[in-house]
Amino acid sequence: MKALRNLLDKMKPSFQEGGKFAKLESVFDGFETFLFTPNTTSRTGTHIHDQNDMKRTMSTVIVALLPCLVFGMYNVGYQHYLAIGEASASWSTMLLFGFLAMLPVIVVSYGVGLGIEFIGAQIHHKEIQEGFLVTGLLIPLIVPINTPLWMTAVATAFAVVFAKEVFGGTGMNLFNVALITRAFLFFSYPSWMSGDKAFVKTDGIFGFGEGNVVDGFSGATPLGQVATNVGDSLNQLKDVVGGDITTMDAFWGFIAGSPGETSMAAILIGGVILLITGIASWRVMLSVFAGGLAMAGIAYAFPSATYPASFIDPFAQLCYGGFAFAAVFMATDPVTGARTKTGQFVFGFLTGLLAVLIRVYNGGYPEGAMLAVLLMNAFAPLIDYVVVNRNIQRRLSRTNAK
Amino acid sequence: MQNDYTGCWHFACLDECSPLYTENYINIIHIYMATLIKLKKGYDLKLQGGIVSDEVTPASKSALYAVIPDDFTGIVPRMEVKEGDNVAAGDVLYHDKNYESIKVTSPVAGVVKAVNRGERRKIESIVIEPDNSGNKKTFDLKNDAKSVLLESGLWCMTRQRPYDIVPKPDAEIRDVFVTCFDSAPLAPSLSVVLGEKRKYIEKGVEILKSLTKGNVYLGCREDDVFEAANAETVIFKGPHPAGNAGVQAANIAPVNKGETIITLDVVTLARIGHLFTEGFIDFDTTVAVVGSEVSTPKYMACTIGCQISSLLNGNLKNDGETVRIICGNVLSGVKTPKDAYLRFPYRQVTVIPELIHKDEFLGWASLSPKKFSVYHNFTHWLFGGGKKSNEMDARINGGERAIVMSGEYDRMLPMDIYSEFLIKAIIAFDIDKMEQLGIYEVAPEDFALAEYADTSKLELQRIVREGLDRMRKEME
Repeated sequence: MKALRNLLDKMKPSFQEGGKFAKLESVFDGFETFLFTPNTTSRTGTHIHDQNDMKRTMSTVIVALLPCLVFGMYNVGYQHYLAIGEASASWSTMLLFGFLAMLPVIVVSYGVGLGIEFIGAQIHHKEIQEGFLVTGLLIPLIVPINTPLWMTAVATAFAVVFAKEVFGGTGMNLFNVALITRAFLFFSYPSWMSGDKAFVKTDGIFGFGEGNVVDGFSGATPLGQVATNVGDSLNQLKDVVGGDITTMDAFWGFIAGSPGETSMAAILIGGVILLITGIASWRVMLSVFAGGLAMAGIAYAFPSATYPASFIDPFAQLCYGGFAFAAVFMATDPVTGARTKTGQFVFGFLTGLLAVLIRVYNGGYPEGAMLAVLLMNAFAPLIDYVVVNRNIQRRLSRTNAK
Repeated sequence: MQNDYTGCWHFACLDECSPLYTENYINIIHIYMATLIKLKKGYDLKLQGGIVSDEVTPASKSALYAVIPDDFTGIVPRMEVKEGDNVAAGDVLYHDKNYESIKVTSPVAGVVKAVNRGERRKIESIVIEPDNSGNKKTFDLKNDAKSVLLESGLWCMTRQRPYDIVPKPDAEIRDVFVTCFDSAPLAPSLSVVLGEKRKYIEKGVEILKSLTKGNVYLGCREDDVFEAANAETVIFKGPHPAGNAGVQAANIAPVNKGETIITLDVVTLARIGHLFTEGFIDFDTTVAVVGSEVSTPKYMACTIGCQISSLLNGNLKNDGETVRIICGNVLSGVKTPKDAYLRFPYRQVTVIPELIHKDEFLGWASLSPKKFSVYHNFTHWLFGGGKKSNEMDARINGGERAIVMSGEYDRMLPMDIYSEFLIKAIIAFDIDKMEQLGIYEVAPEDFALAEYADTSKLELQRIVREGLDRMRKEME
């Protein structure tokens, strides 16, 4: 490590003001602090500081996302080989295919997002903030696998600039950046975001896994099938080649959908990591599920053929679509969610409730989790305002009592 | 509304070691009422270099003594002596520009050797060379108690809320809060610091009680209860910062807009009692010399303002530039050069390494259980880490960021305050919001633990101090 340290020390002057690469000062600083914990000691205030910092916090979230990522890759491969009639392919082949399919999306997402972050940091002469490390991995997990890369690039750039940088960067944004990316895609290129072709990669990639789609193939997600359900009861949900699927398939994740959102099991592993490390708020997570269950219970109690999603039983509501992923990774974003403890319960409950409400009673959107989180992001400051105002009123009444 | 961190109830406590019991037999049936307050928020950081024995060793002789005006927040010094003047212990050195009755006095008899000034002629220290004559000023105790306190300089060893400054003499004092224990990392036992001076507490309370229409509260630990006839004893259970005056006041009777309370520690209380019993000021103190860089952590007897070297000589593991000497505790103390002097509140000197692990490679990714964190995203807690004491250096361990994680400050501050919103209001300097969110109730030290634990590495104590100062300017 000594050699690396010496190399960095040698390079440092050319990246500082007046140096040849002064324009890359923030980038250099970012890499240096990534490699070596800064030796800076405290100047004012406390003389000791906790080991925890933003790098550690954000990288813990990434660790929590890994089960979803790995399973997502596998499932992309699984759905592909199912679609081309080679379901007997080995799991490693499926994983490799998924890896190859997702790698470009990950590269584009990080490349575009971090690139903008680097430029932003340099303009403001600030250190690079770690926020995009998580966002950059969330985007590939929630964007349908067939989305053209240029669309992902445009959407990522839009979200980072207009949802984050204009508000002042990490920690200042009002809306979840990853969800803004998806919402941008969703409203700008709707035909790519839903329907038959979005969620299953049917082509080969880099000449790998080539094959022809079997007859009777349909790439519709379970919730997509529910939305078009006709009749007084729910028809059997089918996988991409017409086989029956059960709620347990959805729990484990062997269904069509965005890479990260299909497996409730993988999401829950990530959720447990976030809760044990204390990074996500259990209040938010718990109340999103509670709100979702409550609304799903109400819908299930009054089934209606007009709203076919009301035929789904409450537990299955949580397993299908992006609900669980939104509950564990999106609603718990501390920056865009409610920050007071009481507020977190309200925020979470309403997010869960709205997600199912939109899903069941709005024919236009088979899935409501994304819109619910974004809508509640807008209301989070109001919720906190009300909670903090109660504290203010308590203080005022104490003064006035005298 | 009952808050989740304060479950209060009363219990009767028959105290057998009360001075009243030993001196006056009738008081054996006297039953004191003590209030118990349990605090859940906060954290007890366990550091290496704690004191094992209560034995007090005399410090070596200090060649010089100094008074540091920065210790007395809120006072603008106007000198009353100049270099070469002779002073007795208790003689006035300077007074406050705005309130001339507030005086700061010399802790020893001797000659004023230097008045050191910094930028814009700000007085940085007043150095006194002791003459060992033992001359000391005596006070006429028939005078009004407040004027004696102001004249003696002991007034400056108390603080007022709002603003956490030396109290203004003309403010009406609602209550007085005396902290009888220190909960900070490696803090001394105030019972040991007091030693035999414990007997002056009764008198001290009597004097303070005469200054206020309200109560004098003694905030104690369960195992070290202080009581006095005119005071209310409140027992605090829970981790640091339970010993902070602001935390105690906030949980007994919070400061409201327009009110002023006075806070002090029990050692100052005994000093006041001593003055009004004996007629002169007791400038002796006991200091806990602690920290992982100290060979033998111990209590040392010395006089206020003595040289740090007289406390540390021969007791450091590594001499040189690699240590950080702190007057006070690691959270709210002041970094002090080795050739400087003991500073307020004159009861603790902590020495920690400046930098243990230089150029740590990928430190943020470490899985080592040796890395201590109050958070569970390090592995320390999995290996029973909470019980072990840790060696900590002065590294910040990360860069400054915007506030991202929520609830981190609240977790470390047992007050009914939305601390994160208050900090944001201070940064934005929104006076109305600061007031509404309770800035009058806090002092920088209350945020010290939150600053330690802050993932975003913000300088919370500096922010709060600047907020209080600007607020004071605005209100005056």
